[in-house]
Amino acid sequence: MNDEILRIDSLRLNRGAREVLRGVNITAARGELVALMGLSGGGKTTILRSVAALEAFDAGSIDIGGVVLRPGPLPKGTLARELRKQVGMVFQLHYLFEHLTAMQNVTLAPLHVAHAAQAAAEARALQLLESLGVSHRKDALPRELSGGEAQRVAIARAMAMDPPLLLMDEPTASLDPARRQELGDTLRRLVAEGRTLVVTTHDDDFARDFADRVVILAEGEVVEQGNARDVLTNPQHAATKALLQGRAT
Amino acid sequence: MQNVKTLIVLLSLLAFHADAQQLLRWGGDSEGGAPYVEADPADPSKVRGYDVEVADEIAKGLGRRAQFVQVQFQSIDQSVARGDFDIGMSGVEQTDPRCAALACTVPYFEFHEVIAVRPEDKDRYRTLADLKGRRVATLSGTIAYDLLLKAEKDQGVILVSYDDDVHPYEDMKQGRVDAVLLDNIIAARALRRTGGIFIQPQPVAAGHYVGVLAKENTALRDRINDVLRARMRDGTLEKIYRKWEIWDEYQPAFFRTVAEGEAPRVMPQTAAPRESRMDVVMKYIPALLRASLITIVMSCAAMALAIMVGVLIASGRVYGGVFTRMLLTFYVEVVRGTPVLLQLFVLYYGLSSVIRLPAFIAALLGLGLNYAAYESEIYRGALEAVPRGQLEAARTLGLTEYQVFTLVRGPQAFRIALAPMTNDFVALLKDSSLVSVITVVELTKQTSIFAANIGSWVIPGALCAGLYLALSLPLARLARMLESKWRMSTE
Repeated sequence: MNDEILRIDSLRLNRGAREVLRGVNITAARGELVALMGLSGGGKTTILRSVAALEAFDAGSIDIGGVVLRPGPLPKGTLARELRKQVGMVFQLHYLFEHLTAMQNVTLAPLHVAHAAQAAAEARALQLLESLGVSHRKDALPRELSGGEAQRVAIARAMAMDPPLLLMDEPTASLDPARRQELGDTLRRLVAEGRTLVVTTHDDDFARDFADRVVILAEGEVVEQGNARDVLTNPQHAATKALLQGRAT
Repeated sequence: MQNVKTLIVLLSLLAFHADAQQLLRWGGDSEGGAPYVEADPADPSKVRGYDVEVADEIAKGLGRRAQFVQVQFQSIDQSVARGDFDIGMSGVEQTDPRCAALACTVPYFEFHEVIAVRPEDKDRYRTLADLKGRRVATLSGTIAYDLLLKAEKDQGVILVSYDDDVHPYEDMKQGRVDAVLLDNIIAARALRRTGGIFIQPQPVAAGHYVGVLAKENTALRDRINDVLRARMRDGTLEKIYRKWEIWDEYQPAFFRTVAEGEAPRVMPQTAAPRESRMDVVMKYIPALLRASLITIVMSCAAMALAIMVGVLIASGRVYGGVFTRMLLTFYVEVVRGTPVLLQLFVLYYGLSSVIRLPAFIAALLGLGLNYAAYESEIYRGALEAVPRGQLEAARTLGLTEYQVFTLVRGPQAFRIALAPMTNDFVALLKDSSLVSVITVVELTKQTSIFAANIGSWVIPGALCAGLYLALSLPLARLARMLESKWRMSTE
């Protein structure tokens, strides 16, 4: 498929004797928002970390826009540079650089990786912060930001290098309903611009409302996937049912 | 029954009193060695030397038993003044400030300050004037030191001061200094011990050894004077001096003068005109300021070195391979587990057969490399305190490992390390006083020389403390300012 940006093929990953991922296959098309769901410990975050080349895996392959990751040590040099151009990541705990302001967090990579001019980097960063509604906090340090503000700065930071694929780990955790709606709108806008988002979440309402496709993971395997609304309204697999019931009770 | 008890108490008090009466506690430095006082090679718990025998004669004359008390040579005056022992006497020189501050006995030996040089220089350096622009070593707090202080001004020699009287000769043989000015007894001993030096026959000055007692102890002093004069007259002292091979052609005339109750003749150099204490203090202030400068320059340079090496060690321990990490851990543990004093000795004296480091460089290296071990531990902890998630976030942005270190991890670690680092800098400032053991005269050393020369610690001590505070307080203040500025960005 030509519009495929991500293809995870038979991905296996062990931690010691424990099999964390047991042959995972996932694809994502350009302009698609994919939600990864499953009980805690199901391997959702590990998949994101493998795609972002933060964690080495044992078997299978990951193709990100033509950049292929294989088992063995984490990529270095050219391969790593090519990969970074394709993938950005927003962490659950944001991990903003504590010694830099919101603006400096966003411009760090453009200045030092893309070697952009200061003025251009700042103009672009301001635009990003504005579109996310946090430009008024551009001179604040991370510790001065609220959780929601920090998340939006973290998204802006990941967007600054303009990667076609953006990974987000649990963006809905600890957001109130109003903030959740706002986040969903933001993500839809990014997708509308042609970007691909792979988002892990526990929130099936969020997935139902905003995701195009949902992938259900259980014990290191994909047990069910498809149109978000269909899968979550009419679950087939026991694990999906358990997931939805767990939330209902 | 009650009476018996009282009697026992009284008797035991008397016995205790009698025992105290019978001791003559005398202080000397057995590190100074033969022929003054040295540990007896046959039984190192005992001391021997001509001073030991003179002390025995004095005790006998007083009807007491001599008991030796070990004290550092430079501290004999202060120690006797505060009552650690009755009399101090291993090569203690008769000087005006000393005998004004303490009760001095009559002199019992006449020595001469002589110049020792390497044999090949014996025709080049005969007098202090020949040594213009040359490094001349001596023991601090002595008449020889004062002579060289004056020669520094008048003849342009460069004074190098030591805390002991063995290393000046060793360093001369190795070429670190060009000549040594010290007492003829010490020079003769150095010649006997290892050879390889030449002693100029023409003395620079004469001086006398005395016993020192606390100022209020004049009654005991007078009795000791009687004993000393009697032993000069009856030939006992001559016998002792001959046994220790220090009897020379100068002693008979000297003995005659002292035994007859006259003040011995003194060569003009040592009879400096009496100065008021204020004049002496003023004279020392430039020297103290110069010494402060050495302290601050030494501390800053050593700290800079410690920071650089510390960053390298910490980075190696955080990022390096197994072998690098083991090697660096070994270095840190060895340096932290041994005294800095020992490290300074090894660097300066121990390595001198391999590499002959100038004193200032050796001191700087010693302090810097020692503190580097401590700094590295601070930096390592600080580096590990930066959340891993931030490092991963930086990697996903495309930063190289080096950029992650310099742009994200390093700057935050530095802010975390700042407070303990400042603490260490203040500690280093004070630890820099240790480098005097390898002849660098810094603030504390200059103060103790000053104190020895005026015979009191009060003014020099206060000035010294003031200077240290003047150096460390602004530093602490600067650190607090930086900290509060940066705390905003790390919490």
